Order: sequence, then structure tokens, then C-alpha cells
Amino acid sequence: MDFNYSDEQKLLIDSVERFVKDDYDFDTRRAIVKSEAGFRRDLWQQFGELGWLAVPFSEEDGGLGGTPVETMIIMESFGKGLVVEPYLSTVVMAGGLLKLGGTAAQKEAILPDLMAGGLIVAVGYAEPSSRFNLADVSTTASASGDGYVLKGHKSVVLHGPMADKLIVSARTSGDRRDADGITLFLVDAGAAGVSRQDYPTVDGLRASEVILENVQVSAADIVGPLGGGLALLDQVVDEAIAAICAEAVGAMEVLHKATLEYCRTRVQFGQPIGRFQVIQHRLVDMYMAYEQAKSMAIMANLKLDAEPAERRRAVSAAKVQIGKSARFVGQQAVQLHGGMGMTDELNVGHYFKRLTMIETLFGNTDFHLKRYAA
Amino acid sequence: MDLAFSAEDLAFQREVREFIAANYPADIRARFDAGLEPRKEDFVRWQKILYEKGWIAPGWPKEYGGTGWTATQKYIFQEELGAANTPGIIPFGLAMVAPVIYTFGSEEQKKRFLPGILSSDVWWCQGYSEPGSGSDLASLKTKAVRQGDKYIVNGSKTWTTMAQWADWIFCLVRTDSTVKQQEGISFLLFDMKSPGVTVRPIITLEGGHEVNECFFDNVEVPVENLIGEEGMGWTYAKFLLGHERSGIAAVARSKRGIAKLKKIANAEQADGAPLIEDPDFRRKLAELEIDLTALEYTELRTLARESQGKGPGPESSILKIKGTEIQQAITEMAVEAAGYYAFAFNRRAMDGSNEPIIGPAATAFAAPSYFNMRKTSIYGGSNEIQKNIIAKMVLGL
Repeated sequence: MDFNYSDEQKLLIDSVERFVKDDYDFDTRRAIVKSEAGFRRDLWQQFGELGWLAVPFSEEDGGLGGTPVETMIIMESFGKGLVVEPYLSTVVMAGGLLKLGGTAAQKEAILPDLMAGGLIVAVGYAEPSSRFNLADVSTTASASGDGYVLKGHKSVVLHGPMADKLIVSARTSGDRRDADGITLFLVDAGAAGVSRQDYPTVDGLRASEVILENVQVSAADIVGPLGGGLALLDQVVDEAIAAICAEAVGAMEVLHKATLEYCRTRVQFGQPIGRFQVIQHRLVDMYMAYEQAKSMAIMANLKLDAEPAERRRAVSAAKVQIGKSARFVGQQAVQLHGGMGMTDELNVGHYFKRLTMIETLFGNTDFHLKRYAA
Repeated sequence: MDLAFSAEDLAFQREVREFIAANYPADIRARFDAGLEPRKEDFVRWQKILYEKGWIAPGWPKEYGGTGWTATQKYIFQEELGAANTPGIIPFGLAMVAPVIYTFGSEEQKKRFLPGILSSDVWWCQGYSEPGSGSDLASLKTKAVRQGDKYIVNGSKTWTTMAQWADWIFCLVRTDSTVKQQEGISFLLFDMKSPGVTVRPIITLEGGHEVNECFFDNVEVPVENLIGEEGMGWTYAKFLLGHERSGIAAVARSKRGIAKLKKIANAEQADGAPLIEDPDFRRKLAELEIDLTALEYTELRTLARESQGKGPGPESSILKIKGTEIQQAITEMAVEAAGYYAFAFNRRAMDGSNEPIIGPAATAFAAPSYFNMRKTSIYGGSNEIQKNIIAKMVLGL
């Protein structure tokens, strides 16, 4: 058993943390969030040059052969800076689906460009009434000639507005909530019949409602097995959950430290409020919530390679802990900062908002408690 | 980073498991599995078995009788003892006074006291709390006045765990009332059979006898029983509190508690189905298991830091707080799961006196366990005190 980072991993931590500190301060991030594009392509390309976008891919796919620990490191550091660029969607999710289910031709066509910071891919797995159930797919893919015709509505596609390509789940057979019959398709964002409604999310990201109206795709655009896309999606969403758990840990660390510092310096009734025991114990509770969350994020990332039942249980357990800790740390950070915590000007509220959305993303605490207990 | 045990660790785990299977006496196992009240002889017999094997003091330096194990091995050992439901190793001698003796004691004291602690021939108790000093330990009033080559000790201690079985006590006493509270305290060892020592039982709310009041009336203690320097007792006491906190999270114990809870919930019927199928119950159980998993990994991270020579620092207060909250929650849920039969007070059966149990065996002591476990957030520095420690030592407030 070993909880230490290797020397190479320590270098990666240094490099991502330095980027966040020097090149992604809060004002920079604020400008990005307010910009038309909602992300910075030059920074994204810089991630590519630094090799960060190649981390999880195997060496034969042209990647760096990293483990989930490397992804965890990047996401935790990104969490500290509330980085809005599409790492989760493009590298962890779309990259994960192609890595596990892509054909040689798909990998060759997409991965080099993706890793270089050129091509951005987003994933459509949710629908207006699917809630968190990945098997609840109403979008249809009907066989037509050599290919398929897609019809349906994928909702809240994160990073959809900046995506060049999409991977969407659609039903090639079976009834609405059947586990079998779900197939994943690669679709050009600009293909005929694809229309998007783009919008900002409350946590500073961008998302799209994607309407598929008789979109023609070929059999060569299928990612993974025909009708067997759910297991693939399930695994990649678990990997994405482990990644956002790490992101949440980074965000919680910033909030905890900022709140601690504030309570040390904010004077009320003639003394720093950190002298009051009621405040001290609250800060200790935040610290414990953060540490427990960090333990679970590490656990989940180290169990991603376990067999599916164990992986699922580990990931759900972590998501429950992160959901509870993130809510507590976020709410208390706002509370202890008082009125300042309520302002748009201070960074605290922005971390709280991202943590709140992480709590919801891929299934909230209730959903994962149920999945764990099932 | 890697969760897997190394081949050596797996071999070690097998060795420990096999040793326990072959050497844990069946009668003690039966008593502990039934949840009966433990007896002194059960503890001593089991500790002697570990002593013969050389495994009684994993936390000690090798030169004094420690095992020289890695942090992972110590963890495995704790886990295996817990999983087998063996009697807990009584901490007062092995984990508390011994580290003080081998760190601050004279050569003479090490020779005199350490062998009896290792062999479990001498049972120690801890003389810290007093009737007037709860969490504010430094306010203690028990006085030791030097007269020639003796100290004359007067005062009283309370909540003294298992003092009724103790041969010796390590005791914080006030040797100087003219200086700052913390600076007037000394660390004394004395024989519980000394004239002037009286032990009176305190019966706790579940009906058991674990703790006592100890009264000292002109007890004569030879000066060679003073540890280190006069007035340094507070320093030694703080050292002791920060020492050997492995096992404080009680993860193995709680895993067993959850297994037992599931057994109860499988047997209990609600609306014609086992309680364990009730969604509300399942949800609470899942939350408890997830809390425990988080604690387990926090403990493993703490151990990893320790094995790098950092700690065990004040961070381990987290283990005490979360560990006791979980232990309490498990017993709380066991009472809920037991339903009506939680009412039955199987007091005599608990002593092991063959009194028939009212209701199912698995729920026979659910309520007394719950009542008893309320102590865990009070003892060893209450959880509120632990939060003060983290606030001060970790967060720098």
C-alpha cells in the first residue's frame, strides 16, 4: 500500500499548480467566464503543448500512458483555479470513450488533434427527462441504408458550445430505459440536422441543448459495441466522477484556507473572529469534511481499475462523501465570510457555485446513496 | 499511489491470520462473540499469548520489546485482531505508561517496570481525571508532598478505568501549588495495594462496572517512583496523549459492528419483510458504511505520513472524533433495528451467568452497548476538546 506521489507525479503537480497560480488567477478566470467564447483557446493549446491533454492516453495511441492518479492531480489543481476549459468533457469523457471503445480509424482521426489542443469534443449523455439514469435514452438511431438517422434531444451538454464534435447516446433497439440497445455515435457539431441552444451555466461553464433532427451518421461513427454502449458510458462516467471528486477536493481546499485566513484577520467585538470557539469548531468541521473528502477521492481514483461492481460502489461512496463535504464546506465558507461571502466580487461564492454543481453532476448524493445501497 | 498490499505484506497478513486462528482460545472467543462482559483473566490470557509470540507491543522501539514492523504491518495486525474479535489490548500499561517510562524514565525504572508491562503480569490504571477536573485536566488537586525519601499523596481520582483490576497506577499529582497550574504537576507511579488507597466502583448507565473512584489517604510513595523531573508531569502527560494513536479510529471494531448490525436487520421483520430491505434503513446503513470507508482511508493516509516520519500529529484528533461518532452511530442503529426486544435488560446474562436471554441473541445487548458507547465522545479528551486541539495545533487559531 502506498499513498505517495512518484517523482514524476510531483513534477506534474508543480507544473499544473504553477499554471493555476501564475496564469489563471481569479481576474483572468473572471474575464474568461465573461468572454464570448467562454474559454481560452490559447490556454487550451498550451495545455496540449504541456502534454496535459495526452496524459490518460496510452503510448500507442500517442499519449503519455498516465494512470487515474495523474488525472486526479490535474483535476485537483484545476479545482483550485476553477479552470473552465473543457478538460472533463474532452479528455476525460470523450477521450475516455474513444480510448476504450474507439476504432483504430476513429482514434487516428481524432486523438492526435485532441491531444494537441485542436479538436474539442463534448459528450451528450443526458436528456430532458432522463435525470441521472444513463440508460434512460429516448433519442433514437434508426438504421437507414449503410448508416443511421439520429433523432432526439440531448440536454445540458457541458462544453457543447465550443465542441467540434459530439459523442451522443442513442437507442438502436429496446425500450426507453432498457440497458441494452444503447449505442454511442460520433457526430460533427456542424452536421446537417444538429442544432444547438448554447447558454452559460451558473458555475461559469458553458453548455448546450443539442437537438438532433434526422442527423445522418454512418456505421463507422459508432463508438464501442452496437447496442452495448451503456457499459462503456457507465465506466467513463465513473472515471469522470472520480475526476470531479478530485476537482471538488481542490476547490474545497481553497475555500477552507481562505475561510481560515479570513477568520484569523477579521476583527469583531475587539478580536479576530477565529478566537471564538464556535467559529473554531466550525472551521474544524470544515477541515474534517475536506480531509474525509480527499480520502474518498483518492480511494475512488485508485479503484477505477477494479471490476465494475467494486468500481461502481467505490465511486458512489466517494460521490456521496464529496457531495456532503462540498455542500458543508461551501455553505460554511459563505457563512463565515459574512456579507462578503455573498458578493460576486469575492472568489468564495464562485467556488461554492462550482461545488454545488459538482454535487449534482452525474448524480447527486441521494442518487449515489441509492446506487451504493442497491 | 497504490492500494494493493505488497507480497510481503500479504504474507504477513496470512501469518497473523493463521496465528490468531490457531491460538485465540475458543472460550474467550465465544464470550466475546456473544457480547458478554469481558473478564480480567480473558484479557490477560490473550495478551500473554501475544507476548509469547513477541507481538504484544508493536508500538514500542525494538530495543525494549517492540516488533520493528512497518506502519502497514501495524495496520494489518490491528485489522486482523479486530476482524477476529479478540479482546482489545488494554492500553494503560502497554500504550500509555510504557512509552513515558522508556522515553523519560531512568534505566532503573525501565528495568523495573517494562518487563511486567510486556508480560501482562502487572495491570496498570491511569490516574488523571479528578472529581473537579474534567476536561480541564491541569486543574487537578491531588497533592504529593515530599517528606525525606517519600511523597505523601492525598486526594482522589475518578473515572479510573478498570482500577478494580489494577496492580499499579500512573498518576498526575500536584507537587507545587505556587507556580502556574501546568508547571506544578508531577508524574508518579505507585502500587495500588499501598496503605491508604481505596477503590470504589462507579456503575455506569448500562449497568456495567468499568470505571471507579480512587481515594488516596496519606499514601506513601518512594521518591524513586517519580518519572523524570518534578514539575514536568504535564509535559509527559501531553507526550502520552500524542503517542500511539493507532487504533484510535477503531475501524476494525466498527466494521464488525456493521456486520452485526446487518445480521440484526436481516433477522428483524418489518411489514413481512426483513428490515434490511427497508429503503430508509438501507439508506442510513449506506451512509454509515461510507462514513466508515472515508475514515479508513483517512487513517491509512495518516499512517502513510507516519511511516515517512511525520506525525502522529494532532491530525489524529480527526480519527478520534470521526471514529467515536461512527461507533456511536452503529450502536444507535442497532437499537433502532432491534425494535421492541431492545427493552429487555439481560443484565445477568451479560455477566455470563447462563441466564436465558429474552428475545434474539443478536439484540440482547443492543441497548446497553448503545448506552455504554456514549462514553467514547467523552473519554480520552472529549470530542469538543479534540476540536480545540485541531483548531490550535493544526489550523493555528
